Amino acid sequence: MIAAGIDIGSITTKAVLLSEEGILGSHVRFTGYNAEQAGRTVLDELAAQLGLKRKDIRRIISTGYGRRSLDFADRALTEIICHGAGAFYQNSGIRCIIDIGGQDSKVILLDETGKVKDFVMNDKCAAGTGRFLEVMARALEVDLEAFPVLAVKATSPARISNLCTVFAESEVISLIAKGTPREEIVAGIHQAIAQRVVALARRIGVREPVTMTGGVARNSGLVSEIERELSLPIIENPLPQVNGALGAAVLGLRMG
Amino acid sequence: MTAVNTITPSAADERKIQSVKRMKEIMTAYYIDAKTAAENNKKVAWITSGGPVEPLIAMDVIPVYPENHGAMIGAAKMGIDLCERSEQMGYARDLCSYARADIACATVDGGPIGGLPRPDFLVCCNNICGTVLKWYEVQARYFNVPLFIFDTPFIHTEFSIEAQKYVRRQFEEFFVFLEEQCGRRFDGDRFEETARLSYEALHLWQDILDTTTKRPSPMTAFDAFTHLALIVTLRGTRTAVDYYTQLREEMLGRVARGVAMVPREEHRLLWDNLPIWYRMRWLSETFASHNASLVADTYTSAWSGMGDHFDDKDLVGALASSYANIYINISIDRMFESLKKKIQKYEIDGLVMHSNRSCKPYSFGQYDLQRRVMDELGVPALVIEADMVDERAFSEAQVDTRIEAFVETLRQKRVS
Ligand code: SF4
Repeated sequence: MIAAGIDIGSITTKAVLLSEEGILGSHVRFTGYNAEQAGRTVLDELAAQLGLKRKDIRRIISTGYGRRSLDFADRALTEIICHGAGAFYQNSGIRCIIDIGGQDSKVILLDETGKVKDFVMNDKCAAGTGRFLEVMARALEVDLEAFPVLAVKATSPARISNLCTVFAESEVISLIAKGTPREEIVAGIHQAIAQRVVALARRIGVREPVTMTGGVARNSGLVSEIERELSLPIIENPLPQVNGALGAAVLGLRMG
Repeated sequence: MTAVNTITPSAADERKIQSVKRMKEIMTAYYIDAKTAAENNKKVAWITSGGPVEPLIAMDVIPVYPENHGAMIGAAKMGIDLCERSEQMGYARDLCSYARADIACATVDGGPIGGLPRPDFLVCCNNICGTVLKWYEVQARYFNVPLFIFDTPFIHTEFSIEAQKYVRRQFEEFFVFLEEQCGRRFDGDRFEETARLSYEALHLWQDILDTTTKRPSPMTAFDAFTHLALIVTLRGTRTAVDYYTQLREEMLGRVARGVAMVPREEHRLLWDNLPIWYRMRWLSETFASHNASLVADTYTSAWSGMGDHFDDKDLVGALASSYANIYINISIDRMFESLKKKIQKYEIDGLVMHSNRSCKPYSFGQYDLQRRVMDELGVPALVIEADMVDERAFSEAQVDTRIEAFVETLRQKRVS
């Protein structure tokens, strides 16, 4: 049997196709303004890549902010339960997931059987999220992909005291004006996000081992900053960006 | 997709609480009385929701509650407009939205009922927060009327003998203040009669809230929020006693007939903090769509809890104790004990905490309480951020996801 998981996030839409044998493939595209369209296209494109037809797919589970916009999905589940299932599928030892998404960040605790024990989400603002990083990258006129490369060069990271995206942006701009090197600013941004996310995690109590999901987890500079802040290693999740879609597919497979 | 409850019209009709109509009539009459007080040579006092109202009623003064008015402003979705107006007047956005809405409303006679009647004097009891002190001072200056501050010490561990004496003295001073305002002697007999009526209503209210210990629950916290209006504004009157007698009958009837407010009650939840007035319907439908019933809350029971201190032989002492011991005038440890009792009594599966931007004394400590409830009682707890009146602090998509995810975890927990 084949199940599909579609994760419609605020920035990107992800799809995973899964069978009892394992992951068949995954695909990511921008969400744009039409979530329904993005969900439909990402699945069609992935199926086409794998030479599959829609009727080969027995179950479709949607998740993410746009989860309810797909009328062809069998069920809509929240990102929390899906990230839990995805991370557990990839590594059943995981007990804590730090997920930094496009517009929110969350921390999820799992029990021994992979069930969500508890979760916490950030306050309603973009601070410490993927969007926050994007805004900063724009202010710095560098590509987000370059962030980890820059951060390793930093010797004394700049202090970003404001976590409000708007205020932090103007702080960054004044740092640029003062001639603070880019790498120090980037490292400072990582530190600020790490502190915020770790504070969030401490609210519900961190359990080992910890993994990270969401596209932001590919930023090694931020990951090592979070490790430092937590004083714990982060177990690498091989597919951080599509982890939510994978979890949705796992839960779809389980539905039979 | 989420489960959608198929509601046949007759079942939905049966679910409706019939007494609501009567309550609306009473509230309308109450506000008409208050707004025409001057024409009828009656005095009006503005008083805080947790203020000792019995002496006012005994002296024929009509009590008016800016907080109840604030709730009406919130429910009518007129909060943003008034909050913004107060911000233009120079008040900080961090200030309680009841205070902001009321301060602005007084200057424009806005809101759903065209503003409150002008007060002859103000009574502020600080058992609920420190905000009310400054808020009432502002209004006392604005209307140029006397202000009586009824001081209730915060209770960290127990209500000491000294504190009891002190609060009793507050009552005596309050009586004298009323004599001055009304120009006649304080009526002790009327006061005792009023106090008894007050306790009678509080006890009835507790009985009503207790009907939700039954499965399925005949009502939810959302209904309690609505029906609370009379216990706030009219406790101490025969009207409140009669009304709650009727409501109790109706609830007991529902229990006997097995009428559930949430058709497929699977998860029994406890709500903490004030309601989100402008989203009552949406929240109630959202929870119901997940088969979750909010069977109890810490807010409406803050009043019924006052009933526990009843002592027919010492009514002043009893009231002193009732008013000083209310839910947000006690330490986190005592709040936890109270939560624990409710969780056991109402057989609660999960706690939903509204972290309310406005109400600091209520929201401060919620994360500690959340952790203790989860660790010591093994009950999952969810925090949602919002504000009771200021809609700008509410994000539907986020709250929606949190509630849904919370119910998913409850479901997983149930399965295991
Ligand atoms: S701060 Fe809280 S207790 Fe005080 S008036 Fe506002 S809502 Fe009421």
